[in-house]
Amino acid sequence: MSATALPDAPVATASAPHVTPASAMPDVLPAVRPRGRILTFMRRYPTIFAGGLLLAVILFIAMAAPLLGTTDPTALAPAKRTREPSMLYWFGTDMLGRDVYSRVLYGARVSLIVGFSVALLASVIGMVIGLVSGFVRWADSVIMRVMDGLMSIPPILLAIALMALTRGSVGNVVTAITIAEIPRVSRLVRGVVLSLREQPYVEAAVASGTRVPLIIWRHIVPNTLAPITVQATYICASAMITEAILSFIGAGTPPIIPSWGNIMAEGRALWQVKPYIVFFPAVFLSLTVLAVNLLGDGLRDALDPRMAKRV
Amino acid sequence: MTRTPPLLEVNALKKHFPLRGGLLGGVTGQVYAVDGVTFSIAKGETLSLVGESGCGKSTVGKAILRLIDPTDGEVWLDGARIDNLPASQLRPLRRRIQVVFQDPFSSLNPRMRVRDIIAEPLRNFGLADGGEVDDRVATLMDTVRLPRDAMRRFPHEFSGGQRQRIGIARALAPGADLIICDEAVSALDVSVKAQIVNLLSDLQDELGLALLFISHDLAIVEHLTHRVAVMYLGKIVEIAERRTLFANPRHPYTRALLSAVPVPDPTARRDRIILTGDVPSPISPPPGCRFHTRCPYVFDRCRTEEPLLREVGEGQKAACHLDELPALRMLPQAA
Repeated sequence: MSATALPDAPVATASAPHVTPASAMPDVLPAVRPRGRILTFMRRYPTIFAGGLLLAVILFIAMAAPLLGTTDPTALAPAKRTREPSMLYWFGTDMLGRDVYSRVLYGARVSLIVGFSVALLASVIGMVIGLVSGFVRWADSVIMRVMDGLMSIPPILLAIALMALTRGSVGNVVTAITIAEIPRVSRLVRGVVLSLREQPYVEAAVASGTRVPLIIWRHIVPNTLAPITVQATYICASAMITEAILSFIGAGTPPIIPSWGNIMAEGRALWQVKPYIVFFPAVFLSLTVLAVNLLGDGLRDALDPRMAKRV
Repeated sequence: MTRTPPLLEVNALKKHFPLRGGLLGGVTGQVYAVDGVTFSIAKGETLSLVGESGCGKSTVGKAILRLIDPTDGEVWLDGARIDNLPASQLRPLRRRIQVVFQDPFSSLNPRMRVRDIIAEPLRNFGLADGGEVDDRVATLMDTVRLPRDAMRRFPHEFSGGQRQRIGIARALAPGADLIICDEAVSALDVSVKAQIVNLLSDLQDELGLALLFISHDLAIVEHLTHRVAVMYLGKIVEIAERRTLFANPRHPYTRALLSAVPVPDPTARRDRIILTGDVPSPISPPPGCRFHTRCPYVFDRCRTEEPLLREVGEGQKAACHLDELPALRMLPQAA
């Protein structure tokens, strides 16, 4: 039991066990200990802290890209193409003379927008589908067979197929990856809902006359948020990778918008002679995915009910 | 026994769970969890439903609460049938039957404050609103002997016994007539168990509550019950007033159960009846008497003909063929 727990009423005497009167309980409960200091947080959740910090830095870079000594990431300068990294061109220039540093920083925007949008949309839509599936018995088998069908197609192939039906744009990339990720979330939510429905506190709520919509809102949804949050971080990471793959094979973000996948695709031909064009966006992609995964792992440990009592 | 009309009447209640399997998920069998259970509870009375794990005693409780729909049979509350009511008509009646579960950890929503947990039934049935809610919750906290400032806290800040008190407060909140205690003290330490049992019987005296006390622990049951019903494999094998049952058990299964109750006296001579074998599967219960596979007094008729629950004494019913053969009954070890 945690340190903030109340002491239980004293053990009944062996001779005459009797209900302990209220006065035997402490009148004033011990004060809740203050917490939430940054240092305590760092010590308790080092992975969340590391992942969150790294992600915050990348987020800052993406938002403040124009202020960080960048030039127009799309400006062509044929005379200055394929320059090695230097004080003037920190990450060098590509085969059209564009500044790789500027392109990588602006490319962070695409990755983060795609990652966060997909994580949010897939979680929300997947949650609704999962709740319906977990509560409406006749819809369950239909929905789950459709989800099985979607899941049998590798997510990247599904995203490529969906992109082939539309024009390349960031919005379409988000839509395609979201559709590919929804089945996993809805499966997860359905599983959680089915186990929560059997929880005695849900049964007690039914017995207390709580109506179904309120049971879902009050007892089911709050208890699915922890696993969904963890799942959302993994979706975010995998969406960023999928976006990069789509852009790399030319099925994602249009070439006019710099994205890490695009930059790598364009640098691919020169990989053996000018490896830095591929190297820098790849490092940023890896660091971002690492940050999100660290955050996800940390959250998983922190939100795990078995760890809840750890002080 | 009181002769007033019973508060709750359960008549030939059955709950069979379909077993699904195969490619298309067809029904391949039935689990006969509860197979024709009849009993009644008077106002302010405690009936204990005892039996080993898997005998269907919790299923009876859930079917009365309509947490699961019974397969067959009737449930009457105060002379009105409630087992076949549509959900909308059942909802107002739910106020009168409440439940306290076994596990004090999973029976409280970890993300709700104690105040909101106890207030939930109050709000659902429109019994209090606005500032009244806090007053009512505070009164309920007093009733279950919890400090009032615990209202603002979350369940994980409490010990098992305290959580069970919160669960009891929630069950009391809507002013129930009947509380179903589904193994309500089984998960608690012995000393805390005694406190909760005493709290329950005090509350019964104060509020005139009827209790359906589902338990596997006869030692606890003996302390608070008026009557006892013994279940075996989905059926009641014996039902009697407490004194009668503990002093003069008629069914061989009841005798075996009673002989397994620990006696806190190392010098006491005990004739323990040790049952052999396991409980048969409720998917294919044995023909005839369900207990015949383990009964020390089994004879031919038990294997083919099912004994009926019949009056064997003042307020005592048992389902055993031996009761028709007084001579055989007396045999110490027929097996």
